[in-house]
This record gives sequence, C-alpha cells and structure tokens, in this order.
Amino acid sequence: MDRKIRILMAKPGLDGHDRGAKYVARALRDAGYEVIYTGIRQSPEAIARAAVQEDADFVGLSLLSGAHNELFPEVVRLLKENGGEDITVFGGGIIPEEDIPFLKEQGIQAIFTPGTPIEAVIDFIEQHHPKSEEI
Amino acid sequence: MLEAILQGDTRAIARAISWIENEHPEKESLINAVYPHSGNAVVWGITGPPGSGKSSLVNLIIQHERAKGKKIAVIAVDPSSPFSGGAILGDRIRMQKHATDSGVFIRSMASRGHLGGIAGATSDAIKVLDAAGFDLILIETIGVGQTEIEIVELSDIVLLILVPGLGDEIQALKAGVMEIGDVFVINKSDKDDAFRVKAEVEYVLHLKDDYDPQNQNPVFMTSALRNEGVAELAEGVQAYFAKIAANGQLEKKRKRRIAEEIRNIINSKLRERLFRYLNLEHLFQEWTEQVYHKTASPYALVNVELEKFFAESNKK
Repeated sequence: MDRKIRILMAKPGLDGHDRGAKYVARALRDAGYEVIYTGIRQSPEAIARAAVQEDADFVGLSLLSGAHNELFPEVVRLLKENGGEDITVFGGGIIPEEDIPFLKEQGIQAIFTPGTPIEAVIDFIEQHHPKSEEI
Repeated sequence: MLEAILQGDTRAIARAISWIENEHPEKESLINAVYPHSGNAVVWGITGPPGSGKSSLVNLIIQHERAKGKKIAVIAVDPSSPFSGGAILGDRIRMQKHATDSGVFIRSMASRGHLGGIAGATSDAIKVLDAAGFDLILIETIGVGQTEIEIVELSDIVLLILVPGLGDEIQALKAGVMEIGDVFVINKSDKDDAFRVKAEVEYVLHLKDDYDPQNQNPVFMTSALRNEGVAELAEGVQAYFAKIAANGQLEKKRKRRIAEEIRNIINSKLRERLFRYLNLEHLFQEWTEQVYHKTASPYALVNVELEKFFAESNKK
C-alpha cells in the first residue's frame, strides 16, 4: 500500500503570525508527509471539518496569541463530534509550560514550544501514526 | 461503508478516498459496489498556470452554485515532491467561506507517483463523490504537464484559466489551449491587458481545424478579486453543458474517458504484477552496477527477466 501520512496544519483564532507554522509545514513535507495547510484565522469548526474531509492522521495547531486553552480543546471536541476522534492532535506556538498538562488532559497529545528541534515533531509523528487501515 | 457513502456521510467518503489513494486491498470491490450508483454528477475541470486564480474562482463558483441548492465536491490536486514524496496541499486556503458548509466537501490530493497515475485515483474518487450524492464535482489542478492534462480530461467540461502578464507563455500554451479547454476564462480582468489576452485566445481558437462559428468555445472574463463575471461564467458553463448533452458530444467524451480508464487499469495492473515478480528494488542495485561497468546492457537485463516471467506465466 502506498500509504502517506496526512497532517492538517491550522492556525485557529485571530493570530496571523504564520512563519512558524509554514516552517513546520515545509519540514514535514521534506520528511515525506502530506501537509494540508489551511492557513490563518480558522475557526475550530472549520479545522475539525477539514480534518475529517481530508482523512488526516494528525492535526497540528499553531497559536501565538494566548488563546490555546480555549481553542485547542475546542478543536479536539469538534473533531470527536464530526467523527474524527482517532485523529491525533498536537500543537505549538507561544504556550506556557504550566498550561501543557491541562492541554494534554484535554486531548492534545503533544505541545512543541519554540526552540524545539523539528526532529522532535517528526519523531512524534513516526511513533503515533496509525499502522493499519481499519474498515 | 457503502451505505454510509450513499447517505453522504463525510467520514465514510473521506475514508473511501483514502482507500483509493492508498491502494487498499478492498478498494476495487468498493469501487465496483459504488459504481452503479454514480452517473448523476456533472464534473468540471479547472486548470491553468500557477497563480492564475483557479482556487479563488472555484471558491466563487461554489458560492454561486450553492445558492441554487447544489451539493458540491472539490478535488484539488497538487504535485508531490519528487524528492521527499511529501507535499504541501494549500488550495483549501482560498475556499474558507465554505469550510463549515455541510453541502460542500473539499479534498486535497497529492500527485504521489500513484501506480495507476493520479488520474486513476481521481477517477475513482469522482465515482465515490458522485455516488454520495454530489451534484457538481470540481477538479482543480495546475495545467502544465501531461499528468495534469489526464486529470482534467476526467471532467465533462474543462475550464482553462488564463491571466494577463504571462507574455510569451501564452504562446507555449497554444497547443493546450486548442486541445484541452472547452471554456476559456481570462481571470484578473481588472488588469490592463486582459482584453488583449482575450483577443489572443479568440484568435487562436479561430485557427482550430474544427472551428465552427455555430459551435464556438465560450470565452469569459472574470475578476475573482472583485467577484466579477463569475455568475456569467457559471451560467455559461451550464449552457455549454446543456448543449453538449443534447448534441451527443458529452456521451462521446464520457465513452472516450472510459476507454482511457480501462487502458490505464490494464497498464497499472501489468506493471504492478511485473514489478512484484521482478522484485525490482533488489535487482536495481545489481543491474545498475552491471550497466555502469558496461558488463550488460539495460535491454539485455530486462529481456532476460521478462522472458522468464512469460515462460512461468505460460506454465500455469
């Protein structure tokens, strides 16, 4: 099977600084993944629907404006609501260390803060991608 | 899964398209089951050089057609990196307006180096979307190479998008202009030399062998930026479709497409069978060395293996 890992990258909310997200998107492409880049100012609902339509394996959320505690869990919730409960969600951006446990409780499986080497993201993906197709 | 697809369930449709892209072992039986339920949807192909505004136009076309209550699906095809095999699929960005509309389904597909070609996968995806109840299916791809031409030929009507400022490139596009496009769109009509481009296109169309003043290819001017001309374009494409449906051209086109599809399936299955038999990855190393040191010719190496393959197949 010619299976490719598909990662949907999005910036929820009003944060327009996408250089980081673009950097990650390009690096993931170079690692051989298909990156569906949906851009800035996405609503959590739009992100969840897109992820289901694209049958994404992962959703990567980038946020620098501080609204992560509201928006990230909202994306997880809407994914479940739209049939995307098995999509793995990770995030990055300006996220204080003390918020990370809460986010993980809410279903965001990893947070990659500034300065994290891109290999850490790639390793995470390699360890968490689905190995078999289910009907 | 079939039932869910026929009900229009988003998750099932998305999964089915993944099965197609990933060459799932049950893909064929799924397509066989889906196929009898297809045939209702109209397929428009939208192609043109990078930066011509295809995605922006698709966004506006969706808006226009949605207002009529149609359910619309979009397949946006983008190239995979030949080096890493990965891809950045960014066409959705231009279609934000429809992100939360449950009557619109958007799927990004990477060209991937599919065994059956991306055209094979796109063709199967169209069948699934058709069976799922979408009235209009838009296929969007860059129209620069043979592969893209194959994808766009899957449509009932091909919209070729051109823009001012291409200069000499329109000369290079002439062969494509004459052969692929059914409807021609000069986008970015807000720019100065848009009218000149329109005149050039009309001139080139005039030169066609089968130019028929009664049956001309329509040419439209649009500005996606200003949302101008899109309604006229959409209505014009509908009218063109009605015409070719009535005069038998649509049927001819669809039959030609089926023949191409069958040819494609034969090709890809043969290749797959042969490559599996040859266990190529292993062989390639040896063969490359031999050819490099001139101890064997590429033809000789392949022929020996092929003869073996045919001999063994005949024994069965």
